[in-house]
Amino acid sequence: MVTLYPFLHMLAVSLSSNVNVIQNNISFWPKGFNLSMYKLVLGDPQIWTAYRNTIIYTVLGTLISLVVTSTGAYALSRKDMALRNSFTVLIVITMFFSGGMIPTFLVVRSLNLVDTVWGMVLPGAVSTWNLILMRTFFSGIPKELEESGRMDGLNDIGIFIRIVVPLSKASFATIALFYAVGMWNNFIFPLLYLRSPDLFPLQVLLRNLVLAGSASSGDVTSIGGDNMVVEESLKYATIMVSTLPILVIYPFVQKYFVKGAMVGAVKG
Amino acid sequence: MTRIWNKNKALWLLFLPCLLYYLIFRYAPMFGLVITFKDYNLFKGIWASDWVGLKYYQMFLENPDFWPLMKNTFLLGLYKLVFGFPAPILLAILLNEVRKAAFKRFVQTVSYLPHFISNVIVASMVIMFLSPTGGLINNLLAWIGVGPINFMNEPGLFRGIYVLSEIWQHIGWETIIYLAALTAIDPQLYEAAEMDGASRLRKIWHVTLPGISPAIVITLILNIGKVLEIGFEKVFLMQNPAIYDTADIISTYVYRVGMVQGNFSYGASIDLFMGVISLIFIYTANLLSRRLSETSLW
Repeated sequence: MVTLYPFLHMLAVSLSSNVNVIQNNISFWPKGFNLSMYKLVLGDPQIWTAYRNTIIYTVLGTLISLVVTSTGAYALSRKDMALRNSFTVLIVITMFFSGGMIPTFLVVRSLNLVDTVWGMVLPGAVSTWNLILMRTFFSGIPKELEESGRMDGLNDIGIFIRIVVPLSKASFATIALFYAVGMWNNFIFPLLYLRSPDLFPLQVLLRNLVLAGSASSGDVTSIGGDNMVVEESLKYATIMVSTLPILVIYPFVQKYFVKGAMVGAVKG
Repeated sequence: MTRIWNKNKALWLLFLPCLLYYLIFRYAPMFGLVITFKDYNLFKGIWASDWVGLKYYQMFLENPDFWPLMKNTFLLGLYKLVFGFPAPILLAILLNEVRKAAFKRFVQTVSYLPHFISNVIVASMVIMFLSPTGGLINNLLAWIGVGPINFMNEPGLFRGIYVLSEIWQHIGWETIIYLAALTAIDPQLYEAAEMDGASRLRKIWHVTLPGISPAIVITLILNIGKVLEIGFEKVFLMQNPAIYDTADIISTYVYRVGMVQGNFSYGASIDLFMGVISLIFIYTANLLSRRLSETSLW
């Protein structure tokens, strides 16, 4: 109840007519139903640019992360790989100690990634947590399957692509979801690594519109009597529009998240 | 030597992208920390900049902002630990007592949801709901006759608001680990307790809690270790200059001083200083737990 109500309230306010918003008499259901706020939000070209950017970052970032994480995790899951333990230590150290915001920024800048799409998708390409999760998945695959692949003349890369990947669709889906949500919601990377508004994703636009308080366009004043209040339902509408994809997809993919978290919880 | 190479060639090739990622984006910054002992100059680059020894550390320690920042960071983390840590345990136990499977599933599904909403949106919601002009909470307060409170401008309220919003956001998600641990408890234990005439509360106390205590201890160590690592994003989004007294923490200060004002060396020094203290925290928490409960991370 406590969780759902805020969302319902935002939806109700964003769908209500200004008079009712001004009188503060909306709680559950919209009063004086109207879609003008949504028309305004969706008519703003900034939203579409930000949407497009977010989708690009999410798709590209998830693909890169998935490839790098799964190949790395598979190699680490193979007990016969030389230097396996050294690599594992190398990776685990990063969970406890890091260079921090500024040295990382200097590295990203020296690679000329600032203000590019790559600056959004590469610096966070691997999450150590997801890597360990995937390694655990892969360790569970019976060794006999790999041996049968070797009999058929496959090398390690062949075994990974032909045997391991098709067997691990569910774990790929889970990790992809984790990465995709992380990328969709990412605010700190664009804050640090992006400069030009053309590249801003939804999260940055949202912050500028809703938190920094600059209303999206001059049209706002012409719509209602009291600016503050109209601004409120406009802001709610903006929030709803940018959160909708997650709210819609969520019920369908929730069980994957839970499965992933469970595996992580059990193996620690 | 060639034999090892030939045998591992393919696996190493698979691992290569991952290795490169860690070397470039995780290890290179660690070596970049030498700038904390140098006067980093944009044009000279890291290597040519002049050595200044511990100048920036001294600068931070002597800065009048030092103690308030330490206090804010520590207290915010501590409040989050004290109030945020038991919350999901409580919810998990309550859910465990729910008999209707459909209702339980519904509650779980809904309570996980905010975990997937971005910090920008959560911060926006908090600020808008608490707004003195037409915010939901102030409307409710007006209804019971309490005049509008400008929540986000009261330094005294920030910690409470932040911690409550953290609990709201993550409580459901954090119950997963406890619910997983709960399923591992042998139902016979409950039956035995019932035979002995145990009430519901007694059963929770003597069966449920001991059953999930290993999970509780591990999570507690992890959380103690993370007391000083409060998420930058959300504090940054929720704070404003009017409440810097309580809302300004090390990471947001590092961002402001280091990134916005361009004092790279100074900012990185503060970050490293806190990183080392954080490490001591994790180490101590783990050591204590190994002594007291024989459960530890390593």
